Amino acid sequence: MARVRWAWIAAGVVGAVLLYGILTFNRLVALRNRVRNGWSQIDVQLRRRYDLIPNLVETVRGYAAHERELFEKVAEARARAIEAQGVRPQADAEDGITRGLRRLLAVAEAYPELRASEQFLALQEELTATESKIAYARQFYNDQVMRLNTLVGSFPSSLVARLFGFRPEEFFDIEDPVRGPVAVDL
Amino acid sequence: MYEQVAANRRRSALLVVGMALLLAVVGWALGAWLGSPLGGFIVALVVAVVAAAGAFRYGDRVVLASAGAREVSAEEEPRLHNIVEGLAIAAGIPKPRVYVIPEAAPNAFATGRDPEHAAIAVTRGLLETMNRVELEGVIAHEVAHVVDRDVLLGTLVAALVGAVVLAAELVLRATLWGAGGSRRRGGEAAVPVALPFLLLAPLAAQVVRFAISREREYLADAQGALLTRYPPGLASALRKIAAARGVPMRASHAATAHLWISQPSRLEGERSGWLERLFSTHPPIEDRIRRLEEM
Repeated sequence: MARVRWAWIAAGVVGAVLLYGILTFNRLVALRNRVRNGWSQIDVQLRRRYDLIPNLVETVRGYAAHERELFEKVAEARARAIEAQGVRPQADAEDGITRGLRRLLAVAEAYPELRASEQFLALQEELTATESKIAYARQFYNDQVMRLNTLVGSFPSSLVARLFGFRPEEFFDIEDPVRGPVAVDL
Repeated sequence: MYEQVAANRRRSALLVVGMALLLAVVGWALGAWLGSPLGGFIVALVVAVVAAAGAFRYGDRVVLASAGAREVSAEEEPRLHNIVEGLAIAAGIPKPRVYVIPEAAPNAFATGRDPEHAAIAVTRGLLETMNRVELEGVIAHEVAHVVDRDVLLGTLVAALVGAVVLAAELVLRATLWGAGGSRRRGGEAAVPVALPFLLLAPLAAQVVRFAISREREYLADAQGALLTRYPPGLASALRKIAAARGVPMRASHAATAHLWISQPSRLEGERSGWLERLFSTHPPIEDRIRRLEEM
């Protein structure tokens, strides 16, 4: 009699452990997909910014042709960012772009005609919007990374994570483009 | 947040079942009066099922149309589209459709059955009075409603309760008018038919109040602030909305009042109709501002 009871208890424990393993595995998969989705969102917005830069540079060049050095720097930073692979190098390269754009807009401040031109205003709205979308995409990505890392790092879900090869992901840390001087209230 | 989603789904199901039962009882009563209780019951049940399916599938369109909202392209309203897209990214949902309502009073609402079929509508007045940060605050509040599925419940309530109120009004008018026209045939009989419908409007209002708790506005404010990471934006927007409270809104109906970010006033000034007070679902705006400032 006692043996049967023990068998039931053992089966129950094994079942509970299995169930926990399955649920945790599914949560890990869902979070990893959200992290990937978050990263592709960031990527989309970064690309949009790469596309905006040549237009912006051209527009500013029309009024301030002598700032050649700055234009080259921005173009270089853009090329570096497009080449960058991985979370950390990408973040560093984007910081370069953000700094370049800040200086570009600071230069533009000195030319009232440029600031008043419709093309520049439209580009500025696009740039402001893209920068805030980058910030939002980064916020979403980092939130998901944090949730994934918490699950991967905390016990006992860490056992399931290790068994199936889930690793903590890297945060996307860049200079905050929205709260910087680039953000112009339109 | 996930509890909120589950709670809203549960309430939505409850609402649909409750409305179906209510309709079935009315149908049974009407059927009994006409000589076939079962027939009335079955007809009412079919009507209820069709109405619920319609409200689920087309509720957002009904609500948008009743507000006079027009879908705008990204070329027409680049700033609004950019903000909606940004906050949808922050919340991890697809970008909702964007509508503008030709009204001077600053206000906004969200509708749709799930994040894949969501729409956000703002008034022209909102676009004109808010700066970027404030607009972001308002849109973030609406996006939070979408994420929480408040839009599902709110839209079902609007469509179903709106239909009941409308039907009640129609039947009431028809029977009273009919009673006046042909006094001989069923003049007195019209009264017992009209009576339940007279009671239906306050009852429907009770349903709205039961279904739409005031807490969800606070919750959407808080979640919106979490999305923008900047509570003063929405606080400042609410202050502007409160300052513009005297501006009347033609497009608001009692059945859709609960959807708006702030209770729309139909009449001039502070005076509001009894129907509006009956359907009041919003916490005082000053209270919401205070909570945002304390974050």
